[in-house]
Amino acid sequence: MSTDLDALYQEIILDHYKNPHHKGLRDPFESEVHHVNPTCGDEVTLRVHLADGPRGPVVQDVSYDSVGCSISQASASVLTDLVIGKPVDEAMTIHQTFLELMQGKGQVEPDEDVLEDGIAFAGVAKFPARVKCALLSWMAWKDATAQAQSDSATTGGDTA
Amino acid sequence: MEGLLPDLDVIRKDFPILERTLAGGVPLVYLDSANTSQKPQVVIDSMVDQLERHNANIARAMHQLGAESTEAYEGARDKVAAFVNASSRNEVVFTKNATEALNLLARTIELGPGDNVVITEMEHHSNIVSWQLACERAGAELRWFGLTDDGHLDLSNADQLVDEHTKVVAFTWVSNMLGTINPVADLAARAKAVGAYSVVDASQAAPQLPVDVQAVGCDFLVFTGHKVCGPTGIGVLWGREELLNELPPFHGGGEMIETVTMARSTYAKAPHRFEAGTPPIVEAIGLGCAVDYLGHIGLDAIHAHEQTITAYALDGLQSVPGVTVLGPLDAAQRGGAISFELAGVHPHDIAQVLDSRGIAVRAGHHCAKPAHARFGVQSSTRMSSYLYTTPAEIDALVEGLHQTRSYFKVA
Ligand SMILES: Cc1ncc(COP(=O)(O)O)c(C=O)c1O
Repeated sequence: MSTDLDALYQEIILDHYKNPHHKGLRDPFESEVHHVNPTCGDEVTLRVHLADGPRGPVVQDVSYDSVGCSISQASASVLTDLVIGKPVDEAMTIHQTFLELMQGKGQVEPDEDVLEDGIAFAGVAKFPARVKCALLSWMAWKDATAQAQSDSATTGGDTA
Repeated sequence: MEGLLPDLDVIRKDFPILERTLAGGVPLVYLDSANTSQKPQVVIDSMVDQLERHNANIARAMHQLGAESTEAYEGARDKVAAFVNASSRNEVVFTKNATEALNLLARTIELGPGDNVVITEMEHHSNIVSWQLACERAGAELRWFGLTDDGHLDLSNADQLVDEHTKVVAFTWVSNMLGTINPVADLAARAKAVGAYSVVDASQAAPQLPVDVQAVGCDFLVFTGHKVCGPTGIGVLWGREELLNELPPFHGGGEMIETVTMARSTYAKAPHRFEAGTPPIVEAIGLGCAVDYLGHIGLDAIHAHEQTITAYALDGLQSVPGVTVLGPLDAAQRGGAISFELAGVHPHDIAQVLDSRGIAVRAGHHCAKPAHARFGVQSSTRMSSYLYTTPAEIDALVEGLHQTRSYFKVA
């Protein structure tokens, strides 16, 4: 039984689950979203703080509070590791790469240079019921970032 | 083990799916029957036979096949009427599922400002949301019975909750999350005392308890076909004949009318009043066969089996360190669904480890978010047994939970 299970629950995932990075809600932030997985009730509240960088906005901080399974918790932790400090454009590319990995039904070869610890989720893609768990915080982050950007656009871009 | 069905081996052979193995060659241990039950061969055969040999539309087909189909469909109604001890076959309305039956009532029972509807905090979402919508539409008030710490209905304020403005008291017979068996006859009597309709959700009761609508004394009762060994796509609304005939129609269309002119129509009496359009014929026939099958084994014997397995499972679960069972701990007061928490491991992860061992359970809120919230629990794991469940399967679950603890290093 354990081979499949071990493919899903990589050590890296269990480590992030036990010791999540960047957890907790922090100030300042431009947007906050609350996402729920309606089938299982997993929830995340996530805040995004953007700042101006030399080449456009930068993800200054991502903070979150969440309840859910090991996959959803670990994936929030990995997300924050990957996007904090990155230009928003680059972070969106990472998001897209992670999304493709998750939706690849286990056929996509993960790119460690882009996804770092995120490659541990490659096994999750083979468990359709768990893909939503892995994507919960990622979707929340994309949503929050889009909101933060459109807010700053409507207020003339001087809030970041 | 005393109380188990005497022919458990034979019964298991009736359910072809129980012979299945899953990934890695492990045998199936199906402990998710409160979600949907498995189907015996006779039910499968009855549906295949209808499709292979008798298929035709009912009522409106003036040929031999049409007559055979109609007879089989209406025969299923007779079987369901006997199953719930209805005083007339006209009291049995076929719906798509329990959810549709509840929505039918919530849509057709007239409510107005100043009226109230009383439900309970342990309802399935289908018996909450349908009444929320009805109350919002009508400007009526929604009230509910709370729960005691040990998972029973808190009836201490019943006299205030159910008052002369109460139009409907709607409650589950057996909770799909806590397992609690509610005092349905008392609640129905309370409703009656103030002139309100009583609506019983028997979705979890019909599979495992003898249902006698006359003994319960309720006005309406619903259940869903796929939890009583029948197929999906078919449910039942039972209602007192005179009440059904007082309700306005739900869906308009073929078969539910008496006569139609361009300006207006008059409506058929129950049950056809509520069965607009071509019904799920094959599914109804499958359901008729399923309730016959259960009746043949005997609901008293099935109930005893469930209680025996439930008592055994409660003991087994509590032998696992870190397990907390939600709901009553006395098997005599509950049905065969047991929700629990395991300290340090999320229900999803528990279900995943169990699944890798072939054990199917449910993880999440089981469509009972308010009941979970009441106990400060975000989600839980639920095992649910049925007439084919063996003590060895409970042993496999308990062993799987020990394994889960060591896998997630909480041991
Ligand atoms: C108590 C209860 N009521 C209603 C339902 C709804 O059944 P269905 O989804 O078949 O309409 C269920 C099934 O999950 C249930 O357990």
